[in-house]
Amino acid sequence: MLLEVERVASFYGGFQALFEVSVQVAEGETVAIIGANGAGKSTLLKTVVGLMARTTGAVVFDGRPLGGVPTHRRLGMGIVMVPEGRRIFPSLTVEENLQVGAHQTRAGPWDVGRVLELFPALADKRRRPGTRLSGGEQQMLAIGRALMGNPRLLLLDEVSLGLAPIVVRRIYEAMPEIISSGATVVLVEQDVGQALRAADRVYCLLEGRVALQGRSAGLTRQQLSDAYFGMRA
Amino acid sequence: MTWLNDVVQGLLLGGLYALFATGLSLMFGVMRLVNLAHGDLSIVAAFIALAIVDAVPVNPLWTVLVVVPLMFGVGYLLQRGLLNFTLRGADPLPPVLVTFGLSIILQNLLLEIFSADSQGLDAGRIEDASIRLSDRLAIGWFPLLTLLVAIGVLAGLQLVISRTRLGRAFRATSDDPQAARLMGIDNRHLFAVATGIALATVAVAGLFLGIRTTFTPSVGPTRLIFAFEAVIIGGLGSLWGTLLGGLVLGVAQTLGAQLSPGWGVLAGHLVFLAVLAFRPAGLLGKPVPAQ
Amino acid sequence: MSGPGVRTSATAPAGPALRVQRATIASRVGLVGGLLAVAVLAAGPLWALDSALRTLIGFFTLLALAQMWNLLAGYAGLVSIGQQAYVGLGAYGLLYLADTRGLNLFLSVLVAGLVGALVAVPTAALAFRLRGGYFAIGTWVIAEVYRLIISNVSQLGGGSGLTLRAASQFDRTARLFATYELALAVGVGAVVLAYVLLRRRLGLALTAIRDAETSAQSLGVHVYRTKFLVYLVAAFGCSVTGAVIYLNLLRIQPEAAFSVNWTAFMIFIVVIGGVGTIEGPIIGTIVFFVLQETLSRYGAWYLVLLGAVAVLVTLLARRGLWGLVADRTGWSLFPVQRRLEGSGEPQGGAQVDREGPSEER
Repeated sequence: MLLEVERVASFYGGFQALFEVSVQVAEGETVAIIGANGAGKSTLLKTVVGLMARTTGAVVFDGRPLGGVPTHRRLGMGIVMVPEGRRIFPSLTVEENLQVGAHQTRAGPWDVGRVLELFPALADKRRRPGTRLSGGEQQMLAIGRALMGNPRLLLLDEVSLGLAPIVVRRIYEAMPEIISSGATVVLVEQDVGQALRAADRVYCLLEGRVALQGRSAGLTRQQLSDAYFGMRA
Repeated sequence: MTWLNDVVQGLLLGGLYALFATGLSLMFGVMRLVNLAHGDLSIVAAFIALAIVDAVPVNPLWTVLVVVPLMFGVGYLLQRGLLNFTLRGADPLPPVLVTFGLSIILQNLLLEIFSADSQGLDAGRIEDASIRLSDRLAIGWFPLLTLLVAIGVLAGLQLVISRTRLGRAFRATSDDPQAARLMGIDNRHLFAVATGIALATVAVAGLFLGIRTTFTPSVGPTRLIFAFEAVIIGGLGSLWGTLLGGLVLGVAQTLGAQLSPGWGVLAGHLVFLAVLAFRPAGLLGKPVPAQ
Repeated sequence: MSGPGVRTSATAPAGPALRVQRATIASRVGLVGGLLAVAVLAAGPLWALDSALRTLIGFFTLLALAQMWNLLAGYAGLVSIGQQAYVGLGAYGLLYLADTRGLNLFLSVLVAGLVGALVAVPTAALAFRLRGGYFAIGTWVIAEVYRLIISNVSQLGGGSGLTLRAASQFDRTARLFATYELALAVGVGAVVLAYVLLRRRLGLALTAIRDAETSAQSLGVHVYRTKFLVYLVAAFGCSVTGAVIYLNLLRIQPEAAFSVNWTAFMIFIVVIGGVGTIEGPIIGTIVFFVLQETLSRYGAWYLVLLGAVAVLVTLLARRGLWGLVADRTGWSLFPVQRRLEGSGEPQGGAQVDREGPSEER
């Protein structure tokens, strides 16, 4: 098991966003976290990457408990997140945004050249300020920047947010290569269909709890919408 | 044409101001921290140089080799051990209160250790040597050296910021500290490096001040004010703006002093206020977002 | 039937029985105690030594300054290190009005306050273009500008200053007593002013701004205007206080009147006592005076200690001494928070015959 989230509760100040959530991700598989707005999906990713100030329970990565390990050190261990809203650095060019993703030089197959091969749309825009790109290009840049960290565990937070379906599809077309380069992917998605197509297993969160989990192929539409919207049997 | 001489002297003085302002500008740029003890720390450096020169009879300029790395270390530890804790949370009070308190502490410690006597660093003949350009215009070697060092330091810093891994980390953290952490950037260490660099530059400034003129434990705040004015006149977010701001301030003060000896500093203040009133973003600054 | 304590069924609205309450038991005790204390202090000339009166003048004026600084920093989020500008302006306003213009001394003190408030208008307009630490230094620079300008006005004594002569027409003891009562009025007045301001809508607005400025703005709080108003009030308060201070000291010099030490003392007092509370500056002023009486002979080391204490308190006990007390006991002598009292349960519409304290009108 590459990642084990064990009965984790997370808080924003006094407000509890996650209640005893448990998730397991094996190395090499792709897991999707779905759920309505406010269900706690982003909070879960933030907990894994260490951005939540107050959290209880255990997050274990490759056998090592992460309690107290600061975010920048988790990156050194290979946990990389593409944050919600992309968060491209405006003061850096496209190329520099990629370079800063490799701030901690971790061994692995990804470098600027390979990222630009994966996302050719970025190649001739290398010198542009990172935010002077279309939404889809910024998302590619954000993913590319994360890949520069040569992740073992790649966390994608709502990459489809605000993008046209055709752009989203193009981004997801890059998934196979990302996975084959050695990254285990956990993705948070609003687009349930896209999530099911991309992932081996799915967790559905509802109001901070796991309402449903299983192999994406084996879940029925009814099960999914019940868990998503919180219909009780 | 004494005004031309004044402008030239003003530019040379401005070089010193730019050197003072560089560290202030850097710290604000990277972590939005205004260090109210900035000026006092430059005087600490001058006193350290004085102590060295008293012990080892050497030209004060050589003390750079000791004082600069030492002050870098002081800055690193100061940020890591104290100032980082003021940056937790969005409260604007702690950074101001702590650095203000630090300013008081430093001034009074220096007062106790070294007394209120006026001190100076004697760099020998270089202080008086000058290049005579015409019978009305002479450029002092030392002020010229100061200006060149200021330009060199600023250019070097600009290079670091635009071409190096550290510089990218500075810019990224300045843009978005939380996202920067996701890149594996350790804020606590990065901030400390920034403060280390800031204090290293202000140490050089303090040293040059001590050579150029006399100093006492209480002149730190005036240095802070001039550095601040240089930063604002030049514009936030631009290192070259800081250089320009320093030059403008130096010229304003020198021309003002020509009108009447007491008016030099006031003239500088008035130019600062004018920039604040009519061009708040500064001469080279990025436009201020609407309030 | 209607009457105190009973609500008629016909007119009772359905809805939660909630009341907005401000006073606490501690505050009621504090109010009585405070009134007694003020009465005793006002009779000071009858029972206190001259030297004690002088110390108290210093105490009340410093308390007033601290309350003003607290209003700015603790409530409006404006950290100014330039309040000494108004101390100086108050002093020089007094000098000009009383000596040069021959205006009645006590009226001069008041008008000096207005002068300060007037000068605060363009000052704020400029200073508000800066934020945070740069705002702080900016206010200091502006204070320096005022100092330099006044130093160059020879009618006001230039750099070496002048002695207030208008005061010498009064007999020494009468002057001391009058200055004392004025200082007491200023000190108590500052506390009352802060309290009154914060009880009103301004107070809620300020707390909202302090806690979350952008959210406050989106709710319609005029952030800029509110801050501007607070800055003017603080300027007025500091100027009046400055006039009283120099009514006592008599010798007015630019270096001293515009010294940044005034602000340093304000900061120390407020930080130690507790930023953002009205009780805090009172405690802080007491602590400051005790420290000054006992330790100031150690010269610069005393100031090093003050600075170190301020730094430690800021980092470790952010809400100061009063904060520590209030956290343990829940006391509030100057309650500005509004509490909701009542069960919060909706009442039935028709039959209401509940006994209890009558509704606030």
